[in-house]
Amino acid sequence: MTRLYALLVPLVVVLCVVSLTTGPADVGMAESLRALFAGGEGPMTLVMREIRLPRMLLAVMIGGSLGLAGAAMQGYLRNPLAEPGLIGVSGSAALGAVIAIQTGLSAAFALALPLMALAGAFAAVLILLAMAGPRGGSLTLILAGIAISALAAALTSLVLNLSPNPFAANEIVFWMMGSLADRSMVHVWLALPFMALGWVIFGTVGRGLDALTLGEDAAASMGINLVRLQWGVVIATACVVGAGTAVAGAIGFVGLVVPHILRPFTGGRPGALLLASALGGAAMLLASDIAVRVILPGRDLKLGVLTALVGAPFFLHLVWKVRRERA
Amino acid sequence: MGLRATLVALAVLLPSAVAGQGHGGALRPTGAVASDAAPERPRRVVSMNLCTDQLAMMLAAPGQLVSVSALSTDPRSSPMAEQAAGYAVNHGRAEEIWLMEPDLVIAGSFTNRATVDMLRRLGVPVAVMEPAYSLAQVSDLMHEMGRVLGRAAEAEAAVAAFETRLDALRDEVEARPRAAIYHANGYTSGDRTLAGEIIALAGFDNIAAEAGYPMGGVMPLEILAMADPDIVISGQPYPGASRSEEILGHPVVRALRDTAVGAVLTDRDWVCGTPQVLNAIEEMRDIRRRMEAE
Repeated sequence: MTRLYALLVPLVVVLCVVSLTTGPADVGMAESLRALFAGGEGPMTLVMREIRLPRMLLAVMIGGSLGLAGAAMQGYLRNPLAEPGLIGVSGSAALGAVIAIQTGLSAAFALALPLMALAGAFAAVLILLAMAGPRGGSLTLILAGIAISALAAALTSLVLNLSPNPFAANEIVFWMMGSLADRSMVHVWLALPFMALGWVIFGTVGRGLDALTLGEDAAASMGINLVRLQWGVVIATACVVGAGTAVAGAIGFVGLVVPHILRPFTGGRPGALLLASALGGAAMLLASDIAVRVILPGRDLKLGVLTALVGAPFFLHLVWKVRRERA
Repeated sequence: MGLRATLVALAVLLPSAVAGQGHGGALRPTGAVASDAAPERPRRVVSMNLCTDQLAMMLAAPGQLVSVSALSTDPRSSPMAEQAAGYAVNHGRAEEIWLMEPDLVIAGSFTNRATVDMLRRLGVPVAVMEPAYSLAQVSDLMHEMGRVLGRAAEAEAAVAAFETRLDALRDEVEARPRAAIYHANGYTSGDRTLAGEIIALAGFDNIAAEAGYPMGGVMPLEILAMADPDIVISGQPYPGASRSEEILGHPVVRALRDTAVGAVLTDRDWVCGTPQVLNAIEEMRDIRRRMEAE
């Protein structure tokens, strides 16, 4: 365990530094870090503090949140396929965010953006739980997730196509695939309070998730309040996924790949997997966001493209494994 | 075998049979379809592009122009919206244009190819005009519009008036402020664009070229910040919201726009290669003079 953190923490730190020093403005590492910390009048300070710093912070916050949410949902549903992007939670959050923007709600009241996204994510998690709660099978979960994803994507496209703004319809791909390009500290402050609330709640569910591996009755007999555990997971997931999607669009597969890789190193304990997945998710999103800037510097390659390229084969592998276990 | 051969023969012959009927029927032959098939002095002209609309409204004889595009009646994009209200409106669809029975259709080179091809197949002469990428091309376009409308003399006079006013707008400028043209999605216009020539003539240096975008393109926010222009010129926001335009409210752009002259917006005068660009140049020149006075 300690060895795992000794690996993950330095990895995240290194990726943060690389993220801060990657960009089209051709400036050396030392100079850019000096501009970030020491400040000064030049444009480099503006670049570091208003463009690269928020980008790095959002990658850490959103990646960590997606890793956490994936690990918690998989622990609670005892199903390795549960992941906010795949089962429509992120998509529903995107729908909420798009509605907030296109109705003008977010212009009138800035917090309406994360709040509406949160409401979308919350509704999706509730529907999923009702259809495929702890006793529902993998198949039910995935099928319900497909239906919710499809509906959310269709409604998002509809709202954007109805917009009088000529650019709006082209933004469907942003909401489906996610991007951190051109974000600012405003977005960090918009997302942070909701994410922090989610993180705190996730911090309290670890013991319950550990107990749940023994079965519901055993967990209840150990003094775990299952109702409270369920609401904890639901609300925290809605908070972190909603806030992240509101500012960066729906980014899939992070919550699937990261817990899956790290599970063997945490002794199969969902509680321990939470923190590890948060670190792993931050590392994965930082790496993806660096990669999109290195591969196509001039264009805004979407993050979801990279995460899906890594994640989709993983998903197929997991489906294969689940199928074998059932057979 | 016999049935199959018949079917194949039918499949091959049918389209040409239908086309043959078209040739022999009410439609004019499709062989000569370019604008040179148009009458010397067309009497029912339909224009289907915002920019050709303006040139046609300027140069056409009374009654010669029948219809302009719907975009021309929108005051946000069209400087001649009031005048355009006096014409029938088309939405660039082949069917509605065919029903107007034009003897010449004027389209832009970005007009839907399928529509243009369809009109030509129906035997309607279509003149396709390039958009202007420079001020010199504005004169060329006016000449060309005069030629296709059979109004060469009117075009000659309009070009002379345009060039006189253009020359009058040239200023002796000692210190040229450095300007960036920055639109939604971080799109910038380089020197070799109409917008680039507008600000160059008004006495600005465009940072796009020194940043490596002579033709324009998507310029990352970081490059804009590092270039540190004296003034950022951007488009008017459209109604409704979009993430594409959000970049114009980014703290970096806001900081750069926080100058004495405030936020400078391009508008409908910048869109087309018509004499309207003179208004844009004049406005930018006044802004530069105000910057000098500060």
